[in-house]
Amino acid sequence: MSAPIYGLMAEFASADKLVAAAREARESGHPRVEAYSPFPIEGLDDAVGFAGSRVPLATLIGGIVGGGGGFFLQWYAAVIDYPINIGGRPPNSWPAFIPITFEMTVLFAALTAVVAMLVANGLPKLRHPVFNVREFDHSTRNRFFLCLRADAPKFDAAQARRFLERLEPLKIVEVPL
Amino acid sequence: MASTPLIRGRWGYASITDKIADIVLRRPTHWIWGVGLLVTLLMSVFFFGAMGYLFTRGVGIWGVNIPVAWGFAIGNFVWWIGIGHAGTFISAFLLLLRQKWRNSINRFAEAMTLFAAGIAGIWPILHVGRPWFAYWLVPYPNVMNYWPQWRSPLVWDFFAISTYLIVSLVFWYVGLVPDLATLRDRATSKTKAMVYGFFALGWRGEARHWARYEIAYLLLGGLAAPLVVSVHSIVSLDFAVGNTPGYHSTIFPPYFVAGALYSGFAMVLTLAIPMRHFFGLEDFITKRHLDNAAKIMLATGLIVAYGYCMEVFTAFYSNDEYEIGMTMNRFFGPYAFVYWGVITCNVVIPQLLWFRFARYNVWILFALSLVIQLGMWSERFMIVVTSLSRDFLPSSWGLFVPSIWDVTMLIGSIGFFFFLFLCFIRVLPAITIFEMRELKHEELEGRQP
Repeated sequence: MSAPIYGLMAEFASADKLVAAAREARESGHPRVEAYSPFPIEGLDDAVGFAGSRVPLATLIGGIVGGGGGFFLQWYAAVIDYPINIGGRPPNSWPAFIPITFEMTVLFAALTAVVAMLVANGLPKLRHPVFNVREFDHSTRNRFFLCLRADAPKFDAAQARRFLERLEPLKIVEVPL
Repeated sequence: MASTPLIRGRWGYASITDKIADIVLRRPTHWIWGVGLLVTLLMSVFFFGAMGYLFTRGVGIWGVNIPVAWGFAIGNFVWWIGIGHAGTFISAFLLLLRQKWRNSINRFAEAMTLFAAGIAGIWPILHVGRPWFAYWLVPYPNVMNYWPQWRSPLVWDFFAISTYLIVSLVFWYVGLVPDLATLRDRATSKTKAMVYGFFALGWRGEARHWARYEIAYLLLGGLAAPLVVSVHSIVSLDFAVGNTPGYHSTIFPPYFVAGALYSGFAMVLTLAIPMRHFFGLEDFITKRHLDNAAKIMLATGLIVAYGYCMEVFTAFYSNDEYEIGMTMNRFFGPYAFVYWGVITCNVVIPQLLWFRFARYNVWILFALSLVIQLGMWSERFMIVVTSLSRDFLPSSWGLFVPSIWDVTMLIGSIGFFFFLFLCFIRVLPAITIFEMRELKHEELEGRQP
C-alpha cells in the first residue's frame, strides 16, 4: 500500500442497497463503517452501529438551566436587589414570573439541542477527507456511499475492496487523506 | 391520505434536487421578479425614510394622541407577529403530527415567519418614542441600578418575541444545513461554493449525523410548538391585563392565537400561489397543499368568529355598563365601518372555503388570502383603536385619524417584507430539498409490496 488513505468508498444508487451494504459490512466484522446519504434513511443508523444519542439529555439539562436561571434572575432582581412594592404584591410574586421562565426554558433548551447536535457530530468541519472524492459531490443529490475506514484495526485494503465488490456498487474509490 | 400524491409527476432524487437548487444557482431572473424587487425596494426606502423622519421628529408625526396613544404601530406589531405564526405552526406542529405535506411549504413559511417577526419587532421600538432607550428592557447589571419590571406584560413580550425570533432562526437554519451542502456541491462558481460551504458547516450526510440531526430537529419542533401558542398569548396579555373595556378579556389568548394562524396561513397562500406559478413549482406545491392550507384557514377562521361572538355575548351577559357601551360603540360608533369590515372579511366571505371549488381555484384562494389579511389587520385596528377612543369618561373621548406617516410606514413595511422574501427566493432554496428526496423515497418504498 502506497499513500495512506482515509478509507475505501463504494457508491450505490439506492437507499435500500446502502442499508443492506452497511448491515453486511458490520456483520462481516468491519468495525468502522460510515454511510453517507442525501436524506435521512430509517434503519441506517442502526446498520452502521449507532449507539444512540445524548442530544435529548443535553436538551433537558439546557431547559432546566434556562428555566431555573430565568426564574432566579427575576427572583433575585425582584426580591434581593430591587424590591419595589407594586400594588401590595409580594416581592416574590412567582405567578407573574412564569411567562419569562417558560420563554427562557424554551430558548436554552433549543440552543442546547442545536449545539449538542453539532458538537456530537463534530461540526463545523469544513475540511474532511471524504470531500477529496469527486464523486462525493453527488452524496447531496442522488447517490449513496458506504465507506470502510482505513484506521480500523486489522484493516486490509485488498480484502476490503474484495468485500465491497461483492456488494455490486456502481463504483469503488479510495478516499485519500 | 394517499388519494393525491404530494409530488406530482415523474420526479427522481436528482431532478428534484436540480429543480429546486437551480432556482437559486442557475435559473435566469424572470422580469417580473426584477420588477417586484424594484417596486418593493422603493417601498422599503419609504419605510426606512419614514423611520428616519420619525426618529428626528418623534411620534407626533403619527395620528396618535391621548386618549388613543396606541395607534397603527401596535396594530401593525400584533398583525405582523401573527403572520409569523403560521410558519412556526407548519414547521413545528405539523412536524410533530407527521403531516408529510408540510415538507414542501415549511422552508418558505419559516422564512416568512422570520421576516414577519423581525418587522413586528421594529414597531414597539418605534412606538416607545425614545427608541434609544429600548435596551432598557434587557435585564443586565447596570450602573443605573434598576431592573425591568417583571410583572409587566411588556417585559414578558420582550422575552417572548426575542425567544421566538431566535428559536425560529435556529430552527430555520438547522433545516437549511443539508440543503446548503447541496448548494455547495452543485455551485457554479468557487465563490458560491465557498459561501454556501461555509454556512453548510461541512455537512456530509453521515448516518450518525443524520440520526442526531433528526433527533435535534424533532426536539426543536417540540420546543417551538408551545412557542406558537405562547407568543401570541403573551402579546394578547399586553391588552388583557389592562382594564380598558375591549382589552380586558380572558378570551384574548386563544382568540389571538387563532387569529394569528388565520392571517399567517393567508400569508402562506399569498406567497405560495405566485411562487409556484412563476418558478414552476406546481408539482411540489400541489393543489392538495393549497387545499390543506385553506382548510386550516377555515378552521382557525371559525375559532376567530367564535371569539367575536363570545366578546359580544360576554359584554351583554356581564351587564357591565362599559363593556356594553364598548360593544355598541363597535357596532354603531365612529369606527363601525371597521367592525363591519372585519366581520365581512373574516367571517362572511371566508365561508366560501367550505366549498371544494373555492379551495381548488387558485384565483379565489389568492383573493381570499388578501381579504383575510385585510380583515385581520382591521381587527387589530378595531381592538387597539376603538377600545381606546372611548373609555370610561365621555369627557376624555377622542378619535384617532391616521396621518400620512402612519399609512406610509404600514405600506412600507409590507414592501420591505416582500423585498426580503424576493431576495430569499433567489438566495436560498425555497423548498426543503432533502425532505423532498425523503418523500420520494417513501413513495418508492410504499410502491414495493
